[in-house]
Amino acid sequence: MPRRSFELMETHIPSLRRYALVLLRHDEPLADDLVQDCLERAMSRWHLWRRPGNLRGWLFTILHNIYVNDVARAVARPDVVEIQDYFPAMAVPPNQADRIRLREVTAAIQELPDTQRQTLLLVTMEGFSYDETADITGVPIGTVMSRLSRAREKVRAASWGETRENGRRIT
Amino acid sequence: MSDLPEIPTEDEIQALVDGRLDPARRAEVEAWLSENPDEAARVAELRDISGAVEQVYGHLLERPIPARFQNAAAPSMARSPVWRVAAMIVLVAMGAAGGWFANDAVGPGGDPNVNLARGAVKAHQMYAREVRHAVEVPASEEAHLVAWLSKRLDAPLRAPNLDVQGYRLVGGRLLPASDSGPAAQFMYEAESGERLTLYVEQNLTGGETAFRFTEYDDVSAFWWKDGPLAYVLIGRGGRDSLLTLARATYQELNP
Repeated sequence: MPRRSFELMETHIPSLRRYALVLLRHDEPLADDLVQDCLERAMSRWHLWRRPGNLRGWLFTILHNIYVNDVARAVARPDVVEIQDYFPAMAVPPNQADRIRLREVTAAIQELPDTQRQTLLLVTMEGFSYDETADITGVPIGTVMSRLSRAREKVRAASWGETRENGRRIT
Repeated sequence: MSDLPEIPTEDEIQALVDGRLDPARRAEVEAWLSENPDEAARVAELRDISGAVEQVYGHLLERPIPARFQNAAAPSMARSPVWRVAAMIVLVAMGAAGGWFANDAVGPGGDPNVNLARGAVKAHQMYAREVRHAVEVPASEEAHLVAWLSKRLDAPLRAPNLDVQGYRLVGGRLLPASDSGPAAQFMYEAESGERLTLYVEQNLTGGETAFRFTEYDDVSAFWWKDGPLAYVLIGRGGRDSLLTLARATYQELNP
């Protein structure tokens, strides 16, 4: 049984790791510890997973709860991470102007209050529906929508601000 | 439907950006945007945020999965706040492998932390290879062993249960501590014969530390300080597998 449940969870490990990594501002050991705790907790509560159900959403809910209850308090917020290092791996190398804009956008995302950052990442990066995001973060859907709107407005203001006319669009 | 499409709500703008507006309403909102260039520009920028997220974070899905996650398939030991451990895990490799051990300038009177790890590793190497005399008091007398060592170290010791991790207690012994006073060694053994020791001495310098990691020859060690005691867990098999054992040990010691 444990082996079987692990196989089901395994396909979701890449996205859990990605979400944890961005959430923890690229602290990779800490992010992987978070994912491991999530998987272990899921294993120990396997009987609580309602089948048929959204396993990915359930795993993200567990990860979210560990993060909110234990990690966010334990981890002092580090400086905004230098994301330069993450560019070389991108499929299409951006030109200089786009590169600057990408840095502005990702830096602005990391500056967001935690609840807004989580909401924005769950919706845009992980593609969860608004309903799923509400379930994962444990808030009503109206709260998801207002967090999403506020998050995007802050990132937009930080990245484009008054220079909209001059700014280059990223694609 | 009137000629003037209804002004979209903020929720609808968000849904449009996420491609989650139903097609009919989407057409209306786009018609409205074509009349309202400022809003259209805002929507374009909001979409660019999603594009940036994909461009910067998309490739993170392609990272290979480390072997450590296979450990999660083992029967879980998650029963206490696991995160307290994780938050402590600031792995600090103590210099190049073996480097500080080989350095005899660091002897008694040197860095007490180095002495702690050194003493524990020496004790491991001395006794883990013993077949008949590996321990002084066998696990069959565990209660006596723990009471005795607790008395000598003047602190409540525990012999962590590592059955779930595949290691059973063999027993333990009393040793001289790295600097002064007594130390305790608990020995564990896997089915394969692989041995693990937990070395415990008084935390004379005080304070609480994160897990620290070091390697020497063919053994790895994690050491940490917690309250009145300092611990060193030593075994073979490298950092990742020993880390799992160190976390389990820590949880057993802090139920």
